[in-house]
Amino acid sequence: MASIRDRLADAPEGPERFLWGATASVPLGPRLGGTGLGGRAAELARRSVLISTRDQMATALALIELDGIARRLVVATPDLPSEHLPAVVAKAGVDAIVSDEDVRPAKETPVTCCRTEWVLLTSGTTGAPKMLVHSFASLTAPIGSTPGQRADVVWGTFYDIRRYGGLQIFLRALLGPGSLVLSGAGEPVGDYLVRLGAHGATHVSGTPSHWRRALMSPDARAIAPRYIRLSGEIADQGILNALQSFYPQASVGHAFASTEAGVGFEVNDGLEGFPASMVGAPGDVQIEVVEGSLRIRSARNAVRYLGEDDSTLADEEGFVDTGDMVERRGERYYFLGRRSGLINVGGLKVYPEEVEAAINRHPAVRMSMVRSRRSPITGSLVAADIVLKGEPDSSGTGGEVVDFKREILQICHARLAPHKIPATIRFVPALEIAAAGKLARHA
Amino acid sequence: MSVKATVISEIRRIAEDETKSLPPLTDDLVLLDSGLDSLGIAILVARLEETLGFDPFTESDDIAYPVTLGDFIRFYERAAQSHGVDSRQAG
Repeated sequence: MASIRDRLADAPEGPERFLWGATASVPLGPRLGGTGLGGRAAELARRSVLISTRDQMATALALIELDGIARRLVVATPDLPSEHLPAVVAKAGVDAIVSDEDVRPAKETPVTCCRTEWVLLTSGTTGAPKMLVHSFASLTAPIGSTPGQRADVVWGTFYDIRRYGGLQIFLRALLGPGSLVLSGAGEPVGDYLVRLGAHGATHVSGTPSHWRRALMSPDARAIAPRYIRLSGEIADQGILNALQSFYPQASVGHAFASTEAGVGFEVNDGLEGFPASMVGAPGDVQIEVVEGSLRIRSARNAVRYLGEDDSTLADEEGFVDTGDMVERRGERYYFLGRRSGLINVGGLKVYPEEVEAAINRHPAVRMSMVRSRRSPITGSLVAADIVLKGEPDSSGTGGEVVDFKREILQICHARLAPHKIPATIRFVPALEIAAAGKLARHA
Repeated sequence: MSVKATVISEIRRIAEDETKSLPPLTDDLVLLDSGLDSLGIAILVARLEETLGFDPFTESDDIAYPVTLGDFIRFYERAAQSHGVDSRQAG
């Protein structure tokens, strides 16, 4: 399996290609026109390298330079809390770390030495990240099925390339004939849209939430893409229609993908959900629905979890249970949400247990249940139902309850990332408990 | 309270919760420049559904996403009318 650098070197002659960042740009060619490693790539040969940068551009360059050189590449997500770094380093046997540095002219690059293992992070139940091992083969297996891959393709991605969905776009841009425009750290969506437009972006990808935000920007007209891709969240009919009517020249498609299962499938008929005929059909990707849950087997599945003894990725037949619940209505399946109660807020995962633990720190709280609430802006939001110890002050003012609400939110603000803080709080007399003694969570 | 006043007071409450300062809330203010990010706007829509009893975003598969605060308020005022809520006396 050739490395990314080999593939860039072997790319057929065509128009000049670039990787455009917010503050720097690098020509993509037989020899990469820049380095984030200061010519020290050789020192990282055969090592397990953690790439933890503020800017996507630095990660992009390190991935290109170190694929085929490092033994293992561990890609830190932009919001990885620093308290989890020691565990990530230990589990992945990290012995070198790449962080942001200025892009310098590239020197001689060392020869390819090994087949690099890629480690991607995704959030886990306890807040500590789950680490998924992919190979270059599993990451690149879905590539080639995207429509309209011509030499003048310019990719853009609202989705960070350090997450699976964004990494797919990064690899499509590098291994296809195209260029890529990356967003800068903290770059406002309007500025990125203007840069995408200036570079003539033709293929633009993001979560439904990213796209809703783009459509709320006065600069949405700055781009005129040929292909619009949605992934990372359930794409509803509303956002598909809104994009098709705003960008009538574009073909609008949505993809089902997860870090664990890889890209499951792409749906290009403009409708939400997916055709029932895909389930049980033969092909590179096999799809099953068992007890309402979507299961996927393909060469795109992650290889294994890193450092987890007790959780297996795939069953004996090689199927990965995605935990995404689907329901058949007529000739189509529709997504219902997650079996575990996991909440997807604009593409970011929230485990209810983590939020409940924060709420339950308030001395007046007996128990709480955090659930998903549909949002037309971010897909879902966090909502909390709370049972208080004893009757709240019923003297008529409701003042005590208002205070509790404010105090609970303060605790959440101090302990949780903004997307995990409950958007709405309800005080309820009781919560439903299932037979096993656990809170009855509904998908 | 009118729909407009309800929207403005919810925006102020969310900004207070997040200790963010707001620019003057004029009709031509671009929502994404209001100091609320898309999470903040999502929270605004959820709280307005609790206060007003409807969410105009989910009532049709064919909506145009509002860009300015004025667009957003008009979007809610139109929905209030179709719900038989007097847009000047919604709260």
